[in-house]
Amino acid sequence: MTSAILATCAMIAAIVVSATAGDILTASAMRQVGDLDLIRQRSGILGAAGAVVTNGRFGVGVICLALSFFSLLFAFSHRDLSLIGPAATSLTFVTNALAARFFLHENVDRRRWTAALFVCVGVALLAF
Amino acid sequence: MTFRRYLVLGVITITASCGDTFLSRGMKSLGPVSLAHPAQLIHAIFSPWVASGIVLLIGFFASYLTALSWADLTYVLPASSLGYVIMTLLAKFWLHEHVSPLRWLGVVFITAGVGFVTRGPSYTDHSHHRGVTSTDPALAAVAETAPEEVRR
Repeated sequence: MTSAILATCAMIAAIVVSATAGDILTASAMRQVGDLDLIRQRSGILGAAGAVVTNGRFGVGVICLALSFFSLLFAFSHRDLSLIGPAATSLTFVTNALAARFFLHENVDRRRWTAALFVCVGVALLAF
Repeated sequence: MTFRRYLVLGVITITASCGDTFLSRGMKSLGPVSLAHPAQLIHAIFSPWVASGIVLLIGFFASYLTALSWADLTYVLPASSLGYVIMTLLAKFWLHEHVSPLRWLGVVFITAGVGFVTRGPSYTDHSHHRGVTSTDPALAAVAETAPEEVRR
């Protein structure tokens, strides 16, 4: 019983950690690249795509997002969708807010915390 | 935030929820895929629902990256979470599924969260330097040349 709970927690943690790393790395990459609307006006859509694809952080971020996707598929094959889906998605909102505060130095004020927690609770409630 | 940028957030919301719904619809119509026959997955890509879902999800990722280039992650994620609300409404009125009161409460929470975040600023300006903001081009240039630690 305890080992089953631990395994579920480990699966959810793997999804949340890899998804958060992927989101933070891609967001950081886009901050490095700059406003895509301006780049597209200057260099066209291929120039904008090239600026994104050649960014190293973007590549690592996409790998992390792919890992998160496969972790999710793995978890779905062992546990119920109604448990894994909302738990992983809602927790990712909170971990993203924390990681954005510390790694991206975003101004996560009371308004953004409230929004993240409301969406987190809302997504969890969608499971019922 | 301009109207065009709100439009990009809308595109993220709609393409994500519709893309997932299309993929789900397509995979259900194909039946279970066995790991012993991975070629079935290649076949699945060319079915109309799955192909449309993939096109929508590519559109989602492109607009998501565009939004991240001018807005914070902690703004984009909650602001684009209205997709869950759209999926619930589609489930109720298109697929005629039963939506419990707790799920409706979840929809209310998500909508309130989106309302909170979209009323605030969308981007953390990292070019502040001793009270100088990037709205003044000359002073912003000074801020840009300051060491990273000072700018924070």
